[in-house]
Amino acid sequence: MRKNTLLFLIAGIILLLLFPVFLPRFYVYLLSIILLYGLLATSLNIVLGYGGIFQFHHAVFYGVGAYGTALMLTKTAMPAILAFIVGPLVASALGFILGIICIRLSKLYFGMLQISLGSLVWAIVYRWYSFTGGDDGIHGIPIPEMLSSYIGAYYYTLIITAVCIFLIFKIINSPFGSALQGIRDNPVRSEMIGINVKRHQILALTIAGFFAGVAGSLFVVVDNTVFPDMLFWTLSLEILIMCLLGGWFSFMGPMLGAGVIVALRTFVSTYTVYWALVLGVLMIFVIFFLPNGILGYFEERFKKVFMGSEIKE
Amino acid sequence: MDIIYSLIPPGILSQIFVGLSRTTILFIVASGLSLILGVLRIPNVAHGSLYMIGAFTAFTVTKIFGEGQAAFWMALIIAPLFVALISLIAERGMFQFLYEREHLMLLLLTFAFSLVFGDLVKLVWGGEYKSVPVPAIFQGFVPLFGGLPFPIYNIFLLVAGPVVAVLLWLLTNKTKIGKIARAAAVDREMVGAVGINVSWVFAIVFVIGCLLAGLGGVLVAPTVSVTLGMDHNLIIEAFLIVIMGGLGNIWGAMLGALIFGITQSLGILVWPQFGIVFPYLAVVVVLLFRPTGLLKSTW
Repeated sequence: MRKNTLLFLIAGIILLLLFPVFLPRFYVYLLSIILLYGLLATSLNIVLGYGGIFQFHHAVFYGVGAYGTALMLTKTAMPAILAFIVGPLVASALGFILGIICIRLSKLYFGMLQISLGSLVWAIVYRWYSFTGGDDGIHGIPIPEMLSSYIGAYYYTLIITAVCIFLIFKIINSPFGSALQGIRDNPVRSEMIGINVKRHQILALTIAGFFAGVAGSLFVVVDNTVFPDMLFWTLSLEILIMCLLGGWFSFMGPMLGAGVIVALRTFVSTYTVYWALVLGVLMIFVIFFLPNGILGYFEERFKKVFMGSEIKE
Repeated sequence: MDIIYSLIPPGILSQIFVGLSRTTILFIVASGLSLILGVLRIPNVAHGSLYMIGAFTAFTVTKIFGEGQAAFWMALIIAPLFVALISLIAERGMFQFLYEREHLMLLLLTFAFSLVFGDLVKLVWGGEYKSVPVPAIFQGFVPLFGGLPFPIYNIFLLVAGPVVAVLLWLLTNKTKIGKIARAAAVDREMVGAVGINVSWVFAIVFVIGCLLAGLGGVLVAPTVSVTLGMDHNLIIEAFLIVIMGGLGNIWGAMLGALIFGITQSLGILVWPQFGIVFPYLAVVVVLLFRPTGLLKSTW
């Protein structure tokens, strides 16, 4: 079983590396977008699926990461590599601050306070014309030569995403990750056996903010633009939908969900302007019939088959 | 009066009251949201879409009845009822099966509905700006605040808000259905155990809440251009008001709407560029000191 997974993984990586060789430009761009949205959704899942925290406004970290990178690239003469580090760091600092403020509230109230704070950040970005470009955003961001071609951007996105996904996987399977899942399942008991619940949750929020910021900086590389809609709450709910669709109790679920939604949006949009209608109907269907998401459904199915054969023997 | 004017110039006072009349609409929408959140525990993101549908329906109804006196009043009756009908279908068809699910699922389900409603509005009414005329008897201005002209329609709005609040209070506190609903908000199983059909009580509460969203949509229609996307900002504002005031508490929603409206209009006066930031700041401050809202919440 483990050997098979490894084989799949290697095959997948080789395929991803070879895509730009035979795929046209548009599809390579689409793949980059899928990868970075996948990273974004996976970073949300650290706190949502594994931490059980209602992070309703995750897009704000993504947007701040993107704006941080873009502003560093356009307004300063510092080396570009610094911009790609500063963006995510700003996002994770924001995650830390919002975490400290919100964490004393539980569940729905947490989510709501987070939406209000996130909207505050959005309102500032939206209105601060002289600094962030207001509702126009920033266009034509100067990207280092190496990454400016679509193939360069794709490989950069692929490598960074792969590294980040690997890191998130390591974090989830570390003692810290186990403690986080323990808190999700029973906060009171976790507190009793000596886990500092709030500190773990704030750390998780900071980490999630960081990886969301990385996804934001990747978007700057791929698309060369930033705009305030990247911080708007509708995007946050779309990321939540990605997690739900793929399955938020499986590690790769959000990635799959992001792939399905981004691909679907691109292809549906070429036929009709009513993409939101399609997404809404799809969502209602998923909530009713696949509450554990696509991956969750298959995992359950295979477990049942496996268990069934065992009982027979 | 002169003492007040020496403290606050009439121009600013006038602007504050125009802001407050906008707050009235926010209150009406937020009170419906609060009712649904308090009793059914559904964070209804589709509430904003219902408000938008209310505004668009008002446009169609006033168009059908022409520019006459009756048009606006017909819209005021028909549009909320139309929205209520939509919500009844949605509740009986979908939501009633999902009350046991966690908040996140309900939030996403209602978001899915808001996406569907948004596109259906685009399908039916198109993407252009629509305008609804101010009804004839509310057209024009009266001199108020040291002789400055104040729009009559906004006075009507300022009256409408408290009327809705009192009616809603009477409904939840003085009628049987209101008492059952409040009991169900605290312990729905117990209410079911004494032989009350909780499912239908929930449906009625949901429909009333959505009716208020439609009403807010009709009332706002003559003051703004009716357009797609008018739901997106409003729903967040309404949610913040509800959270600030305390879930399910009507007076809390009123207080929250007042704070929101006043900080917004003052903010625009003080610092026009960042006027929209102030109400959000107010919410943050309130929640930092009173994490569960200003007034007592139902759960």
